[in-house]
Amino acid sequence: MDFILIQFLTGLSNASALFLIASGLTVIFGVTRIVNFAHGSFYMLGAYLTWTITRALWDWGGREPLLFVLAILFAALAVGALGALIEIVLLRRIYRAPELFQLLATFGVVLIIQDIALAVWGPEDLPLPRPPWLRRFVEIAGSRFPQYDLILILVGPAVLAALWFLFQRTRFGILVRAATQDREMVAALGVDQRILFTGVFFLGSALAGLGGAIVLPSQSAFLQMDLAIIAEAFVVVVVGGLGSVPGAFLASLLIAEVQAFGIVLVPKATLVLVFLVMAGVLIVRPYGLLGRPQAHARAATGTVEPVIRPAPAILGWAGAVALALAAAAPFFAGPYAVTVLVELAVFVLFAASLHLMMGPGGIVSFGHAAYFGLGAYGAALGLRFLAVPMEAGLVLAPLLAGLFGLVFGWFAVRLSGVYLAMLTLAFAQIVWAAAFQWVEFTGGDNGILGVWPSDWARGKAAYLWLAIVLCIGATLLLRRMIHAPFGYALRAARDSELRAEAIGLDAVRIRLGAFVIAALGAGLAGGVYAYGKGSVFPTYISIPKSIDALLMVLLGGVQTVSGPIVGALAYHTLFLTVLQAFAWWRLVLGLAIVLLVLAFPQGIAGFVRQRYERARGIEGA
Amino acid sequence: MMRTTRRAVLLGAAGTLAAPALIRAQGTQPIRIGEINSYTALPAFTLPYRNGWQLRVEQINAAGGVLGRPLEVIWRDDAGRPQDAVRLAGELLDNERVDLLAGTFFSHVGLAVADFALQRRRMFVASEPLTDQLVWEKGNRYTFRLRPSTYMQAAMLVEEAAKLPARRWVTVAPNYEYGQSAVKWFKQLLSAKRPDVQFVAEQWPALGRIDAGATVAALERERPEAIYNVTFGPDLTNFVRQGNTRGLFEGRSVVSLLTGEPEYLDPLADETPQGWIVTGYPWDQVETAEHVAFRRAYQAKYNDYPRLGTVVGYDTITAIAECIKRAGSTETEKMVEAMRGLPFASPFGPCTFRALDHQSTLGAFVGRTALKGGKGTMVDWRYADGAKYLPPDDEVRKMRPQSG
Repeated sequence: MDFILIQFLTGLSNASALFLIASGLTVIFGVTRIVNFAHGSFYMLGAYLTWTITRALWDWGGREPLLFVLAILFAALAVGALGALIEIVLLRRIYRAPELFQLLATFGVVLIIQDIALAVWGPEDLPLPRPPWLRRFVEIAGSRFPQYDLILILVGPAVLAALWFLFQRTRFGILVRAATQDREMVAALGVDQRILFTGVFFLGSALAGLGGAIVLPSQSAFLQMDLAIIAEAFVVVVVGGLGSVPGAFLASLLIAEVQAFGIVLVPKATLVLVFLVMAGVLIVRPYGLLGRPQAHARAATGTVEPVIRPAPAILGWAGAVALALAAAAPFFAGPYAVTVLVELAVFVLFAASLHLMMGPGGIVSFGHAAYFGLGAYGAALGLRFLAVPMEAGLVLAPLLAGLFGLVFGWFAVRLSGVYLAMLTLAFAQIVWAAAFQWVEFTGGDNGILGVWPSDWARGKAAYLWLAIVLCIGATLLLRRMIHAPFGYALRAARDSELRAEAIGLDAVRIRLGAFVIAALGAGLAGGVYAYGKGSVFPTYISIPKSIDALLMVLLGGVQTVSGPIVGALAYHTLFLTVLQAFAWWRLVLGLAIVLLVLAFPQGIAGFVRQRYERARGIEGA
Repeated sequence: MMRTTRRAVLLGAAGTLAAPALIRAQGTQPIRIGEINSYTALPAFTLPYRNGWQLRVEQINAAGGVLGRPLEVIWRDDAGRPQDAVRLAGELLDNERVDLLAGTFFSHVGLAVADFALQRRRMFVASEPLTDQLVWEKGNRYTFRLRPSTYMQAAMLVEEAAKLPARRWVTVAPNYEYGQSAVKWFKQLLSAKRPDVQFVAEQWPALGRIDAGATVAALERERPEAIYNVTFGPDLTNFVRQGNTRGLFEGRSVVSLLTGEPEYLDPLADETPQGWIVTGYPWDQVETAEHVAFRRAYQAKYNDYPRLGTVVGYDTITAIAECIKRAGSTETEKMVEAMRGLPFASPFGPCTFRALDHQSTLGAFVGRTALKGGKGTMVDWRYADGAKYLPPDDEVRKMRPQSG
């Protein structure tokens, strides 16, 4: 009983930091509809800045608690100002871009901040020295409990109360709530949205910085903090209900307590537990604990999806020439270039499969790497346990991915918008955790080795041709589907579910179909990738891989059919070039992404189409 | 900016078009080593490591190089991802025409490159990955590993742990292959020496995401007599702070893997717990001639003290240089034969690459943690020669595929 009390209190203190981060994220999302990946970076900066400021203040005035509190507040304000700056300089310019496009920009910011933090604070972990008053404990039920953690328990509710006051009693807060419910109406009533958005970014970022600051005394400031927290923060936001601050509070309590007790009951399953909770909550309550059905985010931008027309002949010719050049590469290019072409073929299919869901389907997936990885593991596990040759492995790969796509999709397609996206992320994380921690079956993080092609395909040229036939063939098939009746039905279900159903289309089933087809495509890509690399690892399923797919689709242009192809080629080439040419490659890649985002808010292919249509006098969307 | 890789900017088709036609004249052309490591994913370990190999390359070239040719290292950042490491390994072999591969930190990256090396039949000197599989279950003819493995380090600690009176043990380890192996070997070896010990609980925090308060409370609840810790990095700091405040370590023995390495010990600063039995590297106290020379050279060049990674980077180049000298050539098969049983001199003392399983006998320092002047350090330490902490040869043969 005593132990339960201690564990419960520990959970409460963890919940506070989690709530600060999640409340910032949820406020930003609620108003601006931006899925802000940089939120974890703000949390990290909060910790680093607190470290620097606290030490400076302590050197000046002694290690006093008051100076520490002051440092925390300075750090939070500084991070808030940085968030506001990023909103003004970067995000403000791309609000009119397609849904989720801003995610691309925030990811660029994540990369930039990672390298800046390394340059400024160096590679080593930076713990804040704890003066005696930070090491105190109180005796509770016969156990020692850190006094600082006890104070943390109070911080969460205090911030909740402050936010409640802000949102209920101030004009700014009322406008924020109004904008969360109906942004267009607020704009129509003459509220300056720009000030509102900047203000919200300041508030949200400051909360993240505060979260990073208050955890500093119990750990250290380190360079992987940003990505360690971001997935969990999203989970809390979604479980609580997007845009709901009290929901985020409840969810952070739930998640923190589940973790505190989970490590006692199932010590090995801590990674999955959180995502299982999220999946469970979303299946029972599709809008989170306290969320409301999301106003359709697409409608909010005031535009409709552009009509998809058949590609102009010149595009077809350009594609054919590029393909012929790629296929002829073994005759004139070195072996490394051939390896890169195989990867490009794989990623084209990977991106195209996600695009079928995201573009025509309107189903955003944050966990598409799950099907890519399942394909790779399908091939590898087939080899490991059944000793199947490559030919069978390449059949097994899409089948395994498709099977899981059917199961996961069955739950997912009932949801919509970001909730759906987060459910796919939850499923992907569950698959990832299984691959990572189920060592006996999957080899764990050490993966499965020796997944090499059959003899006839072992040569570099032969494998390239195989990859082109399978991946580009499948990609063309996916393109064909978009123009087929199935594609029309899918777009109908996306644009107006009610009308689609009125004419007899089963929207849920059509979306499920798209989900499964996308999983099959990604699975095939994963299989080809596995034999190309010779080994399979959980990193194929990890969140960065899912983000890669999103980046490719968004960079290319989600509203065009050729977007994913262009995006995959552009992004992967950019990544390879920058990774090899610069020691500070994250900074360069991040800046490149930011510039591309600003230059092509419709994506690269979207930009080209716009110009093409304008030149031809075709009525744009 | 990578000094050596500007040419890589020309990447892709343009760069590779010309490559096959370029035939290198032997003789004064440098010997090219392709080095891959997780420079951005784990800078705390890999940056001192890079300084280490850069220092050694400079020294060797100043002394006239190897076989009259200078050494040149072309390095790449794998960003902590095996799939990128494999691609970069191909790029280094095919475009940069390197003579052999070296490096890697994470076990999965090391295994991926090792398997790739086997496929391409080119030599790979794995410097840092710890997984036992690299030289045993998944060992291959072309892969050699420098750093003492998980098994070896666990065995070093077991020797000390068996002397403790404690019988009631708990373990805490990050939940992935490294943590799982470290716990498995420790339990197995300690139970063999001390049939009376009991392992009463295990904690498996996720790597980089430890819930330290809850973990400490869960361990405390079992009232153990001793604790075996495998966490490191930010998780360790977090664990130690909660443990100190909550009194987990008071009156208990703690045995802890890698904690004495400066990379992990230094961040603990004035909260370094006293009397933990650890493996590590007391860089400021090792006064053998070879180590003093190494430390002086390093401090003169970088105005910083060496970390364990520095020694690993330094030794990697030493071993490769010795290997090529012995082989008299940079032809892969000759280098592989030369590397098997190759003696080389580390700042830690003389070592050998075993012919049996391609593991080097580089050891580690075993001692106790202490607090001096507000900083963590190691006391009562001794150098544990890696050769003494490996399983019997016939057991190794059983684990290792015997094709090469």
